[in-house]
Amino acid sequence: MEGLTMGSYGAYVWSCFIMGGLVLLICDWRARSLQRKVYRDIEVRIKALGDEL
Amino acid sequence: MKPRQQRMLAVGLVVVGVAVAALFTLQALKDNMMFFVSVSDVVAGEYPQDRNFRLGGLVLAGSVEREEDSLEMTFKVTDMRCEVPVSYTGVLPDLFREGQGVVAHGRLDGSGVFIADTILAKHDENYMAPEVADSLVDHVADQTAPLTEYTTGCNEQ
Amino acid sequence: MWKFIHKLASPPHFYNLAPKLVPWFTVPGVLLVAYGVYAGLFLAPADYQQGDAFRIIYIHVPSAYLSMMAYMIMAVSAAIGLIWRIKLSHAVAAAAAPLGAWFTFLALATGSIWGRPMWGTWWEWGDPRLTSELIMLFVYFGYMALRAAIDDTAKADKASAVLALVGAVNVPIIHFSVEWWSSLHQGATLLRKDGPAMDPSMLYPLLAMILAFTFLFGALLTRRIRTEVLFRERRTRWVKDMVLSAKGRN
Repeated sequence: MEGLTMGSYGAYVWSCFIMGGLVLLICDWRARSLQRKVYRDIEVRIKALGDEL
Repeated sequence: MKPRQQRMLAVGLVVVGVAVAALFTLQALKDNMMFFVSVSDVVAGEYPQDRNFRLGGLVLAGSVEREEDSLEMTFKVTDMRCEVPVSYTGVLPDLFREGQGVVAHGRLDGSGVFIADTILAKHDENYMAPEVADSLVDHVADQTAPLTEYTTGCNEQ
Repeated sequence: MWKFIHKLASPPHFYNLAPKLVPWFTVPGVLLVAYGVYAGLFLAPADYQQGDAFRIIYIHVPSAYLSMMAYMIMAVSAAIGLIWRIKLSHAVAAAAAPLGAWFTFLALATGSIWGRPMWGTWWEWGDPRLTSELIMLFVYFGYMALRAAIDDTAKADKASAVLALVGAVNVPIIHFSVEWWSSLHQGATLLRKDGPAMDPSMLYPLLAMILAFTFLFGALLTRRIRTEVLFRERRTRWVKDMVLSAKGRN
């Protein structure tokens, strides 16, 4: 447990590492959700148009 | 000239033009871009007279004096040539120590003492383990030796 | 060579190739992060001056480096898009911007958290390194806002490309700010004439983290470009055929 306190700097060090992980996760989630949204919009439009396209 | 070459030229001109404009702007603002004023400049009287400013330098080894039972303290800041006495009351950053780079914010009083309201610590770009640093102690001692010699030559510049 | 580039830059080809490329970035990226975080937090010794607080470097430096790298990718792609009119390169620039903004934010936030215990301040207005990095965040925001404000993709590409080129002047300013002016921020540790000023036991985890962030950025950028390509090609035959056959969803 001693190593986790980082000699009184634990709050600073851990918050930076957690924030780094969060940013990577948010970027991953954003890339995924954007791809789904764009694909779904195209799907909806193609189905709505039917053979007109 | 082919259209593609024209576009290449246009892009090149934009980049070069902006770079040149930035260069001139930064040159004109050079003094304002300085985050702090050096000790020698302060001693030479080259600092903003009408407002607070930042003074940057190293804490002179052996110059730190603390008042008992209070946060009041005095020390000298040096740039290896000149030195300026600093008076400060308050909490210091963890990195504050003798020989360390500091940036003090405040103003000079009539007697040439810099009255600081904020002290920030600077650290250098070297990273090493404490044991390694300890083995370099002799080297550091060599560096602090000429410090006093340099500081006496201040006004002769 | 040109044939290969043209094939790579062809939207349907890139769209189908990208998912195969992504694992080559993600897998080494995740492995390097695992090593870098563990070694940075537990194997590297504490710094002689900063103690354990210096470990913030393992997030701060990779994100600061990526913030500038992403900008260079954005600006160079924008220039290529303007000059050679390659569709894919504008898509690259548009995809790089939000990622660059996130890593700029991360560099500023971790720098602020690092500055509090070491320098004694969260933020100092007027410091050239801090200010120029903050300006870059605003340039990213401006770039994205400009794109969002123009409906016509071709016009948005051109206008935002010019903005990206103009803002590129800031990148060398960020890098050299600590040399040109006095700053609270210390000088360069890694990119020095006489080699990195860092103990190898601290340096290797840092290099691993820089490489890891680069790989993960590569994976994110590839996925973002792919989505951007899909959006730009939404009215084309190949996209319609693909969607009707229910392929290429993820």
